[in-house]
Amino acid sequence: MEALEIARWQFGITTVYHFLMVPLTIGLGLLVAIMHTAWYRTGKDQYLRMTKFWGKLFLINFIMGVATGLVQEFQFGMAWSEYSRFVGDVFGAPLAMEALLAFFVESIFLGLWIFGWGRLPKAVHLLSIWCASLATIASAYFILAANSWMQHPVGVEMIDGRPVMVDVWAVLTNNTLLVAFPHTIFGALSVAGGFLLGVSWYHLWKRRRDGIDTVGADGRVVVGSDPARGRDAADHKVWLRSLRIGAVVAVVSFAGVSLTGDLQAKLMFDQQPMKMAAAEAACHDGTGFSILSVGDLGSNDCSDMVAVAELPGMLSFLANGDFDTDIRGINTLLPEYQERFGTHLPDNPIYGERAGTEIDYVPVMEVTYWGFRIMITFGMLAAAAAVVALWVVRKGTVPESKWLMRLAVFGILAPFGANSAGWIFTEMGRQPFVVAPNPDPDGIDNVFMFTAAAVSPGVSLAELIFSLSAFTLVYGALLVVEVKLLATYCRGGVPSAMPELLHGSTAEGAEKDDDGGPDGGTGGRGKDSGADDVLSFAY
Amino acid sequence: METLPTVWFIVIAFFWTGYLFLEGFDLGVGMMMRGFARNNTERRVLLNTIGPVWDGNEVWLITAGAATFAAFPQWYAALFSGLYLPLVLVLLALIFRAVGIEYRGKVDSDRWRSGWDWAIALGSLVAAFGVGAMLGLTTTGLPLDANGDRVGGAFAWFNGYAVLGGLAVVGFCLVHAAAFLALKTDGDVRLRAKALVLRWLPVGLLPMAAWAAALVLRNGKTVTVVTLLVAAVGAVAAWLLAKAGRDGLSFAGLGIFLVAGTVTIFTAVFPTVLPSTLDEAFSLTVESASSSDYTLGVMSVVALFGIPAVLVYQGYTYWVFRKRVSSSAIPAAHAVVAQ
Repeated sequence: MEALEIARWQFGITTVYHFLMVPLTIGLGLLVAIMHTAWYRTGKDQYLRMTKFWGKLFLINFIMGVATGLVQEFQFGMAWSEYSRFVGDVFGAPLAMEALLAFFVESIFLGLWIFGWGRLPKAVHLLSIWCASLATIASAYFILAANSWMQHPVGVEMIDGRPVMVDVWAVLTNNTLLVAFPHTIFGALSVAGGFLLGVSWYHLWKRRRDGIDTVGADGRVVVGSDPARGRDAADHKVWLRSLRIGAVVAVVSFAGVSLTGDLQAKLMFDQQPMKMAAAEAACHDGTGFSILSVGDLGSNDCSDMVAVAELPGMLSFLANGDFDTDIRGINTLLPEYQERFGTHLPDNPIYGERAGTEIDYVPVMEVTYWGFRIMITFGMLAAAAAVVALWVVRKGTVPESKWLMRLAVFGILAPFGANSAGWIFTEMGRQPFVVAPNPDPDGIDNVFMFTAAAVSPGVSLAELIFSLSAFTLVYGALLVVEVKLLATYCRGGVPSAMPELLHGSTAEGAEKDDDGGPDGGTGGRGKDSGADDVLSFAY
Repeated sequence: METLPTVWFIVIAFFWTGYLFLEGFDLGVGMMMRGFARNNTERRVLLNTIGPVWDGNEVWLITAGAATFAAFPQWYAALFSGLYLPLVLVLLALIFRAVGIEYRGKVDSDRWRSGWDWAIALGSLVAAFGVGAMLGLTTTGLPLDANGDRVGGAFAWFNGYAVLGGLAVVGFCLVHAAAFLALKTDGDVRLRAKALVLRWLPVGLLPMAAWAAALVLRNGKTVTVVTLLVAAVGAVAAWLLAKAGRDGLSFAGLGIFLVAGTVTIFTAVFPTVLPSTLDEAFSLTVESASSSDYTLGVMSVVALFGIPAVLVYQGYTYWVFRKRVSSSAIPAAHAVVAQ
């Protein structure tokens, strides 16, 4: 083990972890803003309940994203100081823009929204969730601008061996960014869609199981009521509406993810052909998309790789839009890379002890090959399940089957898996470069950096082992806490965010035109004491 | 002297000052979750004074870090990698604190709350100390080689200035938080917070004053003597105003102390952003550490638009939640039960 490997594991673990929270934040934030808008416009009770319930879950998740995001901002300098020095002129700018233009908005307006129930004018309160939600999306844009620059450096000139920004517009309109951004947002929405679907399914199922809702002779739901526990007719509407919204969002976002993913792949065949060849474990040139390739992927050795099943012409279609273009395989690409970037790391002090070692231009194929396929499979499964779910609930509720319910709940994980797999694929596929060189005409050819040169020279192996262990342990423990808390609040249903529903008055529409009123505060349990100069909150 | 790097040095000093002024009190309130607050209701009063604003305050830290990356990559790389271990602890502390503030009230159990109270208190303490140590060291130096990398091992950064900087920020946060609570709460909490200001203000502000004074002596710029005096006046005024029961003005007095103090510190070290204790030639300066003029120009446009906007909407948040929080207004906790 050397420092470089530990630093890479640390970046991978902290980033993948951070990105478990991020897509749910982006996707759910937007959906909560839409629910809040629906309540604002119609005044219907179920929309208020939806806003509060999903809003509560959004917040439980949001804070973990914030907390782990801090690590992202700091760790470039901490563990990757050579990288920070090399790219600082161009890479720091989008990060600083994110902080100044997006993250401030997100944090401050979310604070206003959480504590603004019953305190802000209704329109301002609604505006605050929209500001927060749109800022999370803007955040994604700036961060992806930085990441896309690593995939496809643009807008710079090499001066004294370092890329110096000469065109910020090129960085902010990088073609890699323009497809990665919608791809990521759709991916985030698919996570939120699956989340709504799974949780709502559980509650519709629970209502049936507890004998509240029944099914009539025509198969239509007969909605019952258990007002003592807040499970009245409006409660049924909350879950049915949420389920349908979740399913529609899941289907639409899958369409979006597919379209943008296709564009992304076409770009990537140009910009990082080796990444795409490794995604296919494609050793030889050809047109076929591998369904199953046999051989020892782990050995990264092309000599024993055999594609057992292929879709002829499909790879060509993915890359080029036709069926008969030969796509270059690893055996063709490898000599090209070696010729252009050398076979061994240069004898330069920035490579430390790694100077002079042989460069492996082929990314770890078992990761790229399976990462690519897991992403697509999980994405497709989630979308297919959403279509089925829409059909199943057409008569107003879900079947009594416990297994179907479990499937819906565990199905929440599929889009998360697709998101993680996609990121692991694209980041691992960029190796051995941290800044990938671009052979395509509009790329800037000589801008690249080997990952081996990027790590902090002054930070010792022991320090990295300590931090990797500490982050992994803490993150692991906090994941358990977050998931348990989310599960508790999910199971609690709407009253977990609106406890007043448990205490009697559940007359439908009671809060129609009441701005939170006596139920103000985050959890709705705040009570204005009447004194003008006193605030009460629910922390 | 190049203009844009100097402007960005000022901008970054501004972000740090804003961070210390805003998160200063919410870190201090966090520390006071144990020790000062006597029961669950008081702890909830404390949390609710910072509830709507702490996350926005923390963004000042992120922005200070990100702006340093964008404007002075050499400074960012040398400082953050040089202080690797302390920053790991700061990050973990901030994580525990943030999650604690949000999760503490989510389960109705004494054990759960008590665990998160400790997480918030210790997290706030470690974060404040670590950030203070980092600022102390960037003004007094690290053992950096020609490339800007720390030499001498994982603890080579540790010295008296790290401790002084750490104590300076912790002390300031506690005093600032006490003044903030005197301003934002009612009843017993308010009285005790006020007593705390009167008793501990001189002690709490002393390390920061000592740090600033040490830099004035080391670097010997006349103007810093003046700003240091202004800081002292601010501190004295804060104490006298607290005594007179003028909570708001006393809090403002602390603001003057902080702003004059950080102006003293950053002016004293200018144009050096991070001295090397090994060889003066290896020290990073505003010019040697900065990004290109083009990048700084772009970032200036962003800052020119972004900073005033932040001040406006963050100011609006403080205005919306300007009322005092009182123990009598804290509603009962409720348990979440499965349906």
